[in-house]
Amino acid sequence: MATSVRAEQGGTPPPAAPPSPPAPRGRRRRSGPGGWRSTLYRWDVKAIPYVFIAPFFLTFAAFGLFPLIYTGYLSLNRVELGGTAEWKGLENYTDLATSEFFWNALLNTFTIGVISTVPQLLMALGLAHLLNYKLRGRGFFRVAILAPYATSIAAATLVFAQLFNTDYGMINTLLDWVGIGPIDWNNSKWPAQIAISVIVTWRWTGYNALIYLAAMQAVPQDLYEAASLDGASRWRQFISVTIPSIRPTIFFTIIVSTIGATQLFGEPMLFGGSVGISGGSGHQFQTLSLLMYEKGWITGALGSASAIAWVMLALLLLLGGIQALVSRRNRKKLGD
Amino acid sequence: MARTLDTTPTVEPKTPGERPARRRFRQTAGRQHHAGPLTYVLLVAATIVSLFPLYWNVVAASHTGDRVVQAPAPLLPGSRLLDNLSFAWDQVDMGEALINTTVVASLVAASTVLFSTLAGFAFAKLPFKGRGMLLSLVVATMTIPPQLSVIPLYQIITDLGWFDQLQSVVLPSLVAAFGVFFMRQFLVEALPVELVEAARMDGAHSLRVIWHVVFPVARPAMAVLGMLVFVQAWNDFFWPFIALTPDGNPTLQVALAGLGAGNHTVDHAIVLTGALISTVPLLLVFAFLGKHIVGGITAGAVKS
Repeated sequence: MATSVRAEQGGTPPPAAPPSPPAPRGRRRRSGPGGWRSTLYRWDVKAIPYVFIAPFFLTFAAFGLFPLIYTGYLSLNRVELGGTAEWKGLENYTDLATSEFFWNALLNTFTIGVISTVPQLLMALGLAHLLNYKLRGRGFFRVAILAPYATSIAAATLVFAQLFNTDYGMINTLLDWVGIGPIDWNNSKWPAQIAISVIVTWRWTGYNALIYLAAMQAVPQDLYEAASLDGASRWRQFISVTIPSIRPTIFFTIIVSTIGATQLFGEPMLFGGSVGISGGSGHQFQTLSLLMYEKGWITGALGSASAIAWVMLALLLLLGGIQALVSRRNRKKLGD
Repeated sequence: MARTLDTTPTVEPKTPGERPARRRFRQTAGRQHHAGPLTYVLLVAATIVSLFPLYWNVVAASHTGDRVVQAPAPLLPGSRLLDNLSFAWDQVDMGEALINTTVVASLVAASTVLFSTLAGFAFAKLPFKGRGMLLSLVVATMTIPPQLSVIPLYQIITDLGWFDQLQSVVLPSLVAAFGVFFMRQFLVEALPVELVEAARMDGAHSLRVIWHVVFPVARPAMAVLGMLVFVQAWNDFFWPFIALTPDGNPTLQVALAGLGAGNHTVDHAIVLTGALISTVPLLLVFAFLGKHIVGGITAGAVKS
């Protein structure tokens, strides 16, 4: 019966508990006790939640969970593209541990991740703060800074690859005007990584700014009133009131951006042009995703590629664990 | 935009149907300081940085390939836009890619919205065993990167003969965890349970409840989710790049990757014309529906 199901829910009470069990009433009204209609009706009530959530779980099982596990199995085999599996145990993983390309890709993923995520989120915070003032044309500014989000990775990267071109790109022309020599954005390590980070930052800053803005608008006003009565400057209010109040949102964006940064693929690949798959002529911006693609689809070693995929999973779990720890410590410090 | 001056954070009684996000916005909007000139300077600068690459994309697409790769790069539009467009359309098949992308994004958006609404409704308002646990599972799946499943997926679609076929891109995206969670968050607050109960008491079966109660209430959120998913599917790169080929049945992003990597003659004006073709439809959507998209993005993020 519906009531008993509800009672068994234990710790998570539904936000608005339905007051009366619907099934028995319907039975009485429609066709008397025990009729086929009531059976059908009760079955409808009981089973329908599962029917409604089934599409998600079936799709996830078929295209998410099963492949995830099978990738784990493949990572323990030698598998050529289109060939059969041959058991290798942990060999793919030990090979990775001794491969300089793997460590290079891991480090690149980390550095590009940091230099794209940190400035991106800081600038988004600043922009959100500006947009939170009483503004003329606020709707226009919001849509304008969100415009890069409408472009695809491919389109954005192809445009920026031209802007960053060493010989004729506009960025080097500008740098030339202010007296900084031409920078080799493609072949030197740090400039290339910075250029890729600029593409990522350009696409996502406005998106994050709007998320922060929405959170800022939910901060209760009395906090600001109290702060200004205490003589806090606007900057001081931003640091001591705004930032702590939107901390959960900041954590949310950190998590989302970190996950995104771990998977970086299209930007470095297309930025590199004909040597994009290997992350530049000297692998100077090859990320883990690129290395995985190169191993799997260029070299044809799917087992090795699967091992890289599982290392990425391990990294994400590790990051998730750290983030959970940090947020718990933060919560304790705040006393709730 | 007119804003109410009500600054007192009153606790209003819950009125069914009104969106709480908007109420919160109105409550706090009165407190803000007026922006000074520096704010405008910085915001105009941010706007220029945001829009300049898009503008320059138009400029580059309206010159010859030779001109694009000449220093200093052109700053004003040239006269070749139509020639480049017709070349990109006919010679490198961006037209076909545009149609493919429209089909894929529409199917993915429609099915995600439908299934997410059903699942979101179940998670929000229907009692069933394991609800909390299953909802946590839905949220947890959001963190799994696509890299973890592409290798078996690639083998599966190859075995099924779906390589380079659009269904290999559509089927894995039929419903998304984000959508389920988004609709659940919306319906928890927006759909009064009494409405469902009343329909139930009148003996309405579940499909009637869905059609006559849930869909009408959920419509605004469905529209926003549809736009967000459409944008995402339109721009999706990693899996389509593996499952499709630039010379076969590409989406715009796959076709662009083919152009950019130099499979065809690298005429940078044509490459950037292709980029323009992939960007302009979404920019138009943003220009007309920008406010709703902004609202949707913030609603989805803040509540979580």
